[in-house]
Order: sequence, then structure tokens, then C-alpha cells
Amino acid sequence: MHCTVGDFVLDVVQNSVEAGSNLIEVEIDEAQDGVRALIADDGCGMSPEERARALDPLRNSGAKHPGRKVGLGLPFIQQAVEQADGSFSLKSEKGKGTEVRFFFPASNIDSPPAGDLVSLFVATLSMAGACEMKLRRTRARDGLSYEVKKSELVEAVGDLASASSLSLVRQFLASQEEG
Amino acid sequence: MAKMTLDQLRALRAQKQGELEKRNVEGKDIQVIVGMGTCGIAAGAKQTFDAIVAALEKHNMTGKVVVRQTGCMGLCYVEPTVEVVMPDMPPVIYGKMTSDVAEDLVVKHLVEHSLLDSHIFDRPAIDIVKH
Repeated sequence: MHCTVGDFVLDVVQNSVEAGSNLIEVEIDEAQDGVRALIADDGCGMSPEERARALDPLRNSGAKHPGRKVGLGLPFIQQAVEQADGSFSLKSEKGKGTEVRFFFPASNIDSPPAGDLVSLFVATLSMAGACEMKLRRTRARDGLSYEVKKSELVEAVGDLASASSLSLVRQFLASQEEG
Repeated sequence: MAKMTLDQLRALRAQKQGELEKRNVEGKDIQVIVGMGTCGIAAGAKQTFDAIVAALEKHNMTGKVVVRQTGCMGLCYVEPTVEVVMPDMPPVIYGKMTSDVAEDLVVKHLVEHSLLDSHIFDRPAIDIVKH
């Protein structure tokens, strides 16, 4: 099971990348009442049957791993949200894309911590593929708010797979995070 | 630290670029691939990814290395998994690569061109692994 909200988010982003998306939007809002996350993509989307299967930990299309029946990404989020009395929604339309939202209330002791969001964003941005990514981040405690686009970062530092670019992007994001 | 602007980021890159070109003789021909499926993330692959980039920085290797991510490599029982592909070395999939051993991997495999035997889980012929 994942430790932080960031781990759950990264898992869903990995799905979005594999869905052949052109645009992936990630939003993390550390509000007073808890942490809200949104991951939206314009990838291949799911039919109602595929959507139901995506939420069943023991049924998997087997597309990624032939012969394997488990798929734990979304079921993990659902389980964690249930334990913490939060909320979860999964909207998807075949051919249009998918939107995942979840919320962990600050008042519940079972809510995971937000985690290291700089690491989350670096890992998100360096995923394979040429798709655009928009990352939005807000924090109510000190009014922190910023937005970064993958295309702008690539334009500034070059290919994000290169270790030197990754170090620069990490520094850039860390400075945004400190406001 | 104040919020860096994109212009400042460009300037920083230009400055780093100069330093990198001086030592970038082999080209970017080393690939480090971190498994970032559900299993990998749960086992701490994100921290491993960060630790690898930090170790590359420490050992002045960032100009030569591409760090990528992939989904599950099928070795969920030994996550986090990291594959290293580089010239003159067999491609190796290392397992149990938690962030605390990331620097060992960089030093042993990438710098010393040797193998981190205790963490090999796939790819090299059995006769070249010392156990």
C-alpha cells in the first residue's frame, strides 16, 4: 500500500501516460480541511465495463501483463479513502479521457500525509512520452500557489529524461514550493 | 530561496551546460530505468529515483546519463527495480533498490563498471555473477 497522497497520484499519472494522453493535468490542493487531488487526461478513456473492472483489484484486462489478473492502482486509492472517510470519484469516457479525484480529510488520523510533492512532480514530469502536462499546486496554510507546464520546462532545460535536466527541474520546483 | 523564474532556470541551465560539456566526452549513452508501477511506487521507487539523480549529481555523472521510468517490470517481489543499460556492460535489472543503496549502484555499476552482485535479479548470464 502507498504511504503518501503523492504516491497515489503518481500511480494514476502512470495510467494516464499509458492511456496515450496528449494532455495530463494534475492538481494538488492542500486545503485547511484536507488534501484534494485531481488527475485528468485526454487519453483513451474507458467504457462503463472497463471502468468497473479498473476498480476491481482482482480483475484486470491483462493488457499490460499477460496472464496477470490483479490491478491495484485505483483500488488502493478507494480503500485508503474509505479508511480515512474521504471521497473518491472516477469519471471516464471511451475515446475522450479520464478524470480521477480524491480527497483525504485532515481531521482523520488514517489520512496519509501529502508527501514530498517536489519529488512527485519531478517523477511525473520525467515520465516517458511527449504529452503536455500541467501541474497546479495550492496550499491554504501560507497561500502558496503555482502552476508549471512541462512544455515550458522542456523549452528551458531540454529533454527531461537527462539527469542534468532533472536536477535543474528539481531545484526549480523546490524554489516554487518554498514560495 | 525566492521563487525561481523560467528565465533564471534557463540561465542556470546555460551555466551548468558549460560545466557539463567539459566532461561530457562519452555522450549520453547510459540509461537508468526505474520501475514505477503500483508495486514500485509502494516499495519506494520515487525515493529511489530521487536518490539516483542525487548520486549522479554527486559523482558528476549527470551529463552522461538518461534516467527514465517504466511501469512494472514483472519483478514485483523485489521492488524497487532499476535497469541499467550502458556500453561495454551487460544490461542488468537490479531489485530491492531502495534509496539507501542507490548510491552504491551508481558507484559500482556506472562509475566502476562493475556489478552490484547482491541486487541482481535479471538479465546477466549466471556465470558472471559472483554469489
